[in-house]
Amino acid sequence: MGNVVQRRTRGALRRCPFEVCGNMAGLELLSDQGYRLDGRKATELRKVQARMGVFAQADGSAYLEQGNTKALAVVYGPHEMRGSRSRTRHDQAVINCQYSMATFSTAERKRRPHGDRKSTEMSLHLKQTFEAAVMTQLYPRSQIDIYVKILQSDGGNYSVCVNAATLAVIDAGIPMRDYVCACTVGFVDETPLADLCYAEESGGVSSLALALLPRGGQIALLQMDARLHQDHLEALIEAAMTACKGVSKVLDEVVRQHLQEVSVLTGE
Amino acid sequence: MKTQYCFKKRLRLYSLFIVVMLKSKTFVKKTRSGGVMKIVREHYLRDDIWCGSEVCTECKQESTVLQRDACIESSLCSYPHYLIPDTNVVLHQIDVLEDPVIRNVIILQTVLQEVRHRSAPVYKRLKDIVHEKEKHFYTFTNEHHRETFIEREPGESANDRNDRAIRMASKWYSQHLKTSETGADGLKVVLLTNDQGNKQKAEDNGLLVYKCEEYIKSLIANPELVDHLALSNDEKNEITSSKVLFPEHLPLSKIQAGIKSGSFLQGTFRASRDNYLEATVFVQGEGEDSTEVLLQGLQNLNRAVHQDVVAVQLLPRDQWVAPSSVVLQDEGAAKDDNAEEEDEEKETSFSVKPTGKVVGIIKRSWRPFCGMLNVAQIKESTRHLFTPADRRIPRIRIETRQAATLAGQRIMVAIDGWPKHSRYPNGHFVRSLGSAGEKDTEQEVLLLEHDVPHQAFSQAVLSFLPKMPWAITPEDMVRREDLRNLTVCSVDPPGCTDIDDALHCRELENGNLEVGVHIADVSHFIRPGNALDKEAANRGTTVYLCGKRIDMVPELLSSNLCSLRSNVERLAFSCIWEMNHKAEILKTRFTKSVINSKASLTYAEAQMRIDDTSMNDDITNSLRGLNKLAKILKKQRIEKGALTLSSLEVRFHIDSETHDPIDLQTKELMETNSMVEEFMLLANISVAQKIYDEFPDCAMLRKHPPPPPSNYDILLKAAKSKEVEIHTDSAKALADSLDVAKVDGFPYFNTLLRILATRCMMQAVYFCSGMDSDFHHYGLASPIYTHFTSPIRRYADIIVHRLLAVAIGADSTYPDLMDKHKQSALSNNLNYRHKMSQYAQRASVAFHTQLFFKSRGILNEEGFVLFVRKNAIIVLIPKFGLEGTVFFDTKDKAAPNLVFDEEVPSLKVEEHTFCIFDKVKVTISLDASNVQHQKIRMALIEPVIPGVSVPAPDVGPQAKKPKLDR
Ligand SMILES: [Zn+2]
Repeated sequence: MGNVVQRRTRGALRRCPFEVCGNMAGLELLSDQGYRLDGRKATELRKVQARMGVFAQADGSAYLEQGNTKALAVVYGPHEMRGSRSRTRHDQAVINCQYSMATFSTAERKRRPHGDRKSTEMSLHLKQTFEAAVMTQLYPRSQIDIYVKILQSDGGNYSVCVNAATLAVIDAGIPMRDYVCACTVGFVDETPLADLCYAEESGGVSSLALALLPRGGQIALLQMDARLHQDHLEALIEAAMTACKGVSKVLDEVVRQHLQEVSVLTGE
Repeated sequence: MKTQYCFKKRLRLYSLFIVVMLKSKTFVKKTRSGGVMKIVREHYLRDDIWCGSEVCTECKQESTVLQRDACIESSLCSYPHYLIPDTNVVLHQIDVLEDPVIRNVIILQTVLQEVRHRSAPVYKRLKDIVHEKEKHFYTFTNEHHRETFIEREPGESANDRNDRAIRMASKWYSQHLKTSETGADGLKVVLLTNDQGNKQKAEDNGLLVYKCEEYIKSLIANPELVDHLALSNDEKNEITSSKVLFPEHLPLSKIQAGIKSGSFLQGTFRASRDNYLEATVFVQGEGEDSTEVLLQGLQNLNRAVHQDVVAVQLLPRDQWVAPSSVVLQDEGAAKDDNAEEEDEEKETSFSVKPTGKVVGIIKRSWRPFCGMLNVAQIKESTRHLFTPADRRIPRIRIETRQAATLAGQRIMVAIDGWPKHSRYPNGHFVRSLGSAGEKDTEQEVLLLEHDVPHQAFSQAVLSFLPKMPWAITPEDMVRREDLRNLTVCSVDPPGCTDIDDALHCRELENGNLEVGVHIADVSHFIRPGNALDKEAANRGTTVYLCGKRIDMVPELLSSNLCSLRSNVERLAFSCIWEMNHKAEILKTRFTKSVINSKASLTYAEAQMRIDDTSMNDDITNSLRGLNKLAKILKKQRIEKGALTLSSLEVRFHIDSETHDPIDLQTKELMETNSMVEEFMLLANISVAQKIYDEFPDCAMLRKHPPPPPSNYDILLKAAKSKEVEIHTDSAKALADSLDVAKVDGFPYFNTLLRILATRCMMQAVYFCSGMDSDFHHYGLASPIYTHFTSPIRRYADIIVHRLLAVAIGADSTYPDLMDKHKQSALSNNLNYRHKMSQYAQRASVAFHTQLFFKSRGILNEEGFVLFVRKNAIIVLIPKFGLEGTVFFDTKDKAAPNLVFDEEVPSLKVEEHTFCIFDKVKVTISLDASNVQHQKIRMALIEPVIPGVSVPAPDVGPQAKKPKLDR
């Protein structure tokens, strides 16, 4: 199961960022001693911090930081279909995702926070990811809205959004098959690097984003824009799955801690 | 995995790794649009970075690099110690660090990064040292260590911050090693820095710190190390007078601003080989257009050294000059401070070029140079001038106590710096190569000077060779055609042991001909990415010198398993065509195969078989068929406009015992030479098309760009002087006009013209098809071309084999093969190696020519004027394929009246005018007065010009006589 999205925009890729990238002359992404630019080793994730239930009005919400990438996810629903009825599905709920970036999220102010091609594509990917994870058949003829906003961008935007949205969906009490955890991995000097930061992503690394349902090891979404020799693909996916499992552990802890707090509050 | 956290709990925190502290680094960077961008970057500080020392019990390291017994006899440090050099010590004293005596050194990450940033060659050397196990160099990642990372303070410069980081790490080490129960051993760390301020601060912090010189001089047992020391700044001051000889170099920031605003140009400095006061700077423009800026005079050259990247400023247009076309050598003995020894000839010639001056150095490309010491006249002096073998490199002042031993030896010297009040750069002695003039020494010199990797193959490389005895296994036969029954034979020059091609031709039942080119299947033995492959990729090509071959792959492959010798089974990669009798290709196919060559012939033997009508065996018939088709192919190719140019190739007959050249002969070309060549060209073109069709992005091809029209000037002028017209609009026009260029009574004219045309050509280069759009091969008049036929001696062919093997499904691909950037980088290395190997080959021929003439005494020969210079003519002696210069303004004689006309070009010496193609008679002798630059000296005999020409020597007996007398 699961969707594998392969973007093949060949014309654009031909003149791909490589020619201008600074990888060769510029930064050494992985030192001989095995350290990355920010001091991590190849398989180490960035620090993940998260909080659930940050907004009272929404059905579910979560805030998640993965290094310097920060995202806010809000979930409404499941509720009755709004807008055009034609999209209504009689056997399952429709998932509606909207991705946007705050104008202040990048170093240079963003002109269009949402609605551009990239955001539309990202929204679509999120939708596909959550269609694979949420048990939509439990809510026929209804709709679930997931809104994700990147507050600060430092690489791995898609993955951070997925992780934040997972927590928000759980917060909303919508059943899922499993946590859906995502991670971006890259390939440098024959070594897969887990959880790329912006400096690495822009350093000319072939990167791959993977969303995983960790318990069953099912892939919800796999996305890769760069060219990579097929010999390396397996190692890279392997590394991505390991990283996703790492993320799922952290998310699991967040959820358990949240539940404890809530139960203390409600006095159970 | 253990989880620890110790950050403030703003939110609930979860962490997965042993990172202990998190820092945000914020810095400001300019964006492309000119704005300012704030960059926030995370920085994880760790607790799991170990010290690397054998004595430590605290760190949980698996293996250690630094030894317990770090003893070196020093009068300053009587205790065992580790060295921590700072960035400048590494940059300037890398020769010292490379010495086997220096061990147990800690290289800090801060230092490593700074070195990487400032000098790529030193960085590479440093990494090589770190990889060497015996050196015990340990890299300490101090920038990611929780206790050694420091933040830049407000107002602190990046340099100061790094110096502080180095002190911080040294401090950490000294404390760390103290606490680890080995206090008794008294193991200490010693910081080496040449910076006075840094040293002072380190002392204040209670660190052990010495200047590099101080420390090296204290090594009692190893006094020779002192010679490797680079001269430091203080010492330079005392050597030279305070007189400033050169303008100051601008700082990098000003240079960058100047380049941006267009007031300066950036380019590669190319010193002139002939005139030490002249150089050009090659400025790469947008796309194809590039300019050359002329520089004249020491002041304007301003301490730039050949191959440096410099910034130049153009002079006002009225100060532009033309290249001087004087041959001028810096012969002055150690007349140090005499700056204005030459009166610069200012000429208001017609073809003035953009002229400029060097305002700053962007990047030095200094390497160790081979050469010889000019021992100073003053006894006991320790400062001497060193003359590099490469005339484009200025002389270097070095300090050594071994001058007496080093005189007469070839040595290597590295430049350390060039202060503005010093006529010459300062350097230091690196190592000795042996006595000058000896064949082995000279060979070593020319290999080093041309950057030819020539060390014996390492054990790691050899370990990837097939185990002997080797035989073809059934697995080898999978995806391979059995062609052992074909009548295949090879045709090569005599004595060839690395046979990489073999041919066959047979008639098919349908009346057509089947022609096969079989190339040694080297890629079967050399697998991608292993040490053997990497070594071959680095070497790039086999280098052929007179009497010596420097192999690209180990001999077991080059002369045995891959060599397609007769009557043994060999693996091959075959290109097989079906052709009709008009040599039109009907079908092409490629296959890996097994062949069994029936004969290894020389060109002469093959020619004899073809010509001998009494022979009618399979081999001979096959050769005749090939020869017939080759003639048609050649005709077609020439009709399309392929050029046949000429260069005189000289072969030495070398005495098998003494390895001295005993005779020399220009190469003779036979029909069979061109027969083999035709089929190699055809195979290369067929393969090029195939791999390009299959891999449009990453095919390795070879192109030959057409020369810019101005390159032909000299050819056109020369031809015009004989009233011959040459058309250069296209390769075809050029070929045709060369074909009809004839002068009555001057049969050698056409050859000379072709030699001149060769000099106008551009270099053919390898490139990756995904990175270029122009594939045309000008010389061969082919729209696409590559190298497939010599994988034993060229690495490009191995890549092409791998591509072709993937294309036909005979082998699997690997990542680097499909990566156009890696391919492109590889092509650049191959182009460089090919160029250097050609130069090395030429230098070797020149050296052997000298040896030859040394044994012959003075000869007199006929020759032709090939070029005319302002004060000399360059003469070609066809008999020896030798070029030499006849100078008219020798130092010991009053210069004759010389008038140079660039338009013709011609040189009037007294009453006689020399033009290109003039026939002259000259004496040839070896001038050994300068051991380092022994040269062939030519003097004019005919035409007789009173006061200039010399009487013809009585050749025969005179040459022998001196020998008999002694
Ligand atoms: Zn330790």
